Amino acid sequence: MNITVEEVEHVAKLAKLNLSKEELSTFPGQLDSILGYAAKLDELDTEGVVPTTHAFSNQNAFREDEKKESLPRNKALANGPNENGEAFVVPKIL
Amino acid sequence: MNPYELSIAQARKELDNGTLSSRELTTSCLDRIKAVDDTIKSFLLVTEEEALQQADAADKAIAAGETAPLCGIPLAIKDLLCTKGVTTTCGSKILENFVPPYDATVIKKLKNEGAVLLGKASMDEFAMGSTSENCAFAIPDNPWKEDYVAGGSSGGSASSVAAMECLGSLGSDTGGSIRQPASLCGVVGIKPTYGRVSRYGLVAFASSLDQIGPLNRDVTDAAMMMNAISGYDPRDSTSVKQDVPDFTASLTKGMEGMKVGIPAEYFTDGLDADVAKVVENGIRIFKDAGAEIVDITLPHTEYCVAVYYLIAPAEASSNLARYDGVAYGYRAEDPESLEDMYRRTRSEAFGDEVKRRILIGTYALSSGYYDAYYKKASQVRTLILQDFQKAYESCDVIVSPVTPTPAWKKGTHAGDPLALYLSDILTISANLAGIPGISVPGGFSSDGLPIGIQLQGAHFREDVLFKAAYNLELGTGLANKCPEL
Repeated sequence: MNITVEEVEHVAKLAKLNLSKEELSTFPGQLDSILGYAAKLDELDTEGVVPTTHAFSNQNAFREDEKKESLPRNKALANGPNENGEAFVVPKIL
Repeated sequence: MNPYELSIAQARKELDNGTLSSRELTTSCLDRIKAVDDTIKSFLLVTEEEALQQADAADKAIAAGETAPLCGIPLAIKDLLCTKGVTTTCGSKILENFVPPYDATVIKKLKNEGAVLLGKASMDEFAMGSTSENCAFAIPDNPWKEDYVAGGSSGGSASSVAAMECLGSLGSDTGGSIRQPASLCGVVGIKPTYGRVSRYGLVAFASSLDQIGPLNRDVTDAAMMMNAISGYDPRDSTSVKQDVPDFTASLTKGMEGMKVGIPAEYFTDGLDADVAKVVENGIRIFKDAGAEIVDITLPHTEYCVAVYYLIAPAEASSNLARYDGVAYGYRAEDPESLEDMYRRTRSEAFGDEVKRRILIGTYALSSGYYDAYYKKASQVRTLILQDFQKAYESCDVIVSPVTPTPAWKKGTHAGDPLALYLSDILTISANLAGIPGISVPGGFSSDGLPIGIQLQGAHFREDVLFKAAYNLELGTGLANKCPEL
């Protein structure tokens, strides 16, 4: 395989990351070696094998729809980098 | 003997006899931290005041006859477990100032027993790493050898126990992050069955693989801590409703009737000669204890690193999408737009390894590649799980090395992430299969570095692991063995 700088930039955009010049010079090669190594899996025939997403398969975990105490607003806002006492403040969207 | 040198079980007796108070024990640990942590760097935060308050409360409870197995015992907590009112950074600049408004379930359980929490232990950023060198704040040293890695990602949890700064700690294990640092630092570390211990309040890395477990100076202490933290929790939908036995009841001498499996695939050419020797000695101990040794095969072992380094980054890229600078954590200054805020926040505050894994995961999940990478890896994961299911038809416990080599010098793998990933080959399978695994000190390399032995068991058979681990410990005589500092 051969991962290009453009591909890394595209993936970085999807992941909402800006990459520095230095990162753009090291990441493509590193990603290439890691994903190239992962291509080892192609040696195996997995036709018809059911994928495992959880080793211990749980059924859906339902609970009763009960009213419970929740975090008070001031506590929920306490870690906000910018909040006005009622909500988190972010740059204008519209 | 200084109080900090006691095992949990020894301290328990003294606390209950009244020959030692929790305040004395806690003060002894805090003094030890002051004496050694400038060099060992196990802790990102020491909560002295809170610890002494908890110690006093424990002393009162003990005096009133309301004791519990961990009451008054000073412990360290990996800094990815939410502690109410106490900063929880996950080793990352992005959570540098994050103060959780609630306790993780395991923390709540420790507090309910009256345990004393000394502070937060160093770790690789978001638990991504095998040396703790990816921590944004302080990189722990191996207490056995200066300038050597403590392992990771639960490096501080392991070094704090080995350096006798605490009597035990909690870590987390996604691909070996408890067992590997335990092995490199010469302590006991167990990754329980997936679902055995609630993950509620654990900062998520790869949710289908993460599991919390204790690190201790002997097997008995590990069993005591597992008793305290195990059990179903409605707040974690993946925790499993399964009875929790008293794990200390498994600590009995003799392994008659037990079958110990040796997987050929774990003993390859890349294995360090000292490591091989230590594990061979462990196998002899099992034989002497009456166990039957059987050869088993785990044919898909060679694929586990490839599977892991697709699945774990894929889950991480999704889990770490939440760090957007909106509701908590770091936010870039003066953002021009929402998009600019997201991108600069994440770029400025995530470290290299985290970015690398987010990129790998995003790539593996992206349009056109999903089937080739994520789906393929999930299918091979099934084959790895089936290998273990088949193996446990002919044995009770699987013995192997934990890591191919003892600890190495800091900076060894800089710039070559794949080389470091490959050192995880012996621990990753347990996470992919969801089975429990434990690292028990087995011996030392020719230059004095500790070497652990790994035992892996069937789902929810930690009791079997503890029995084997206890017998191994009796044979090596390495319980509570710590370096001179």
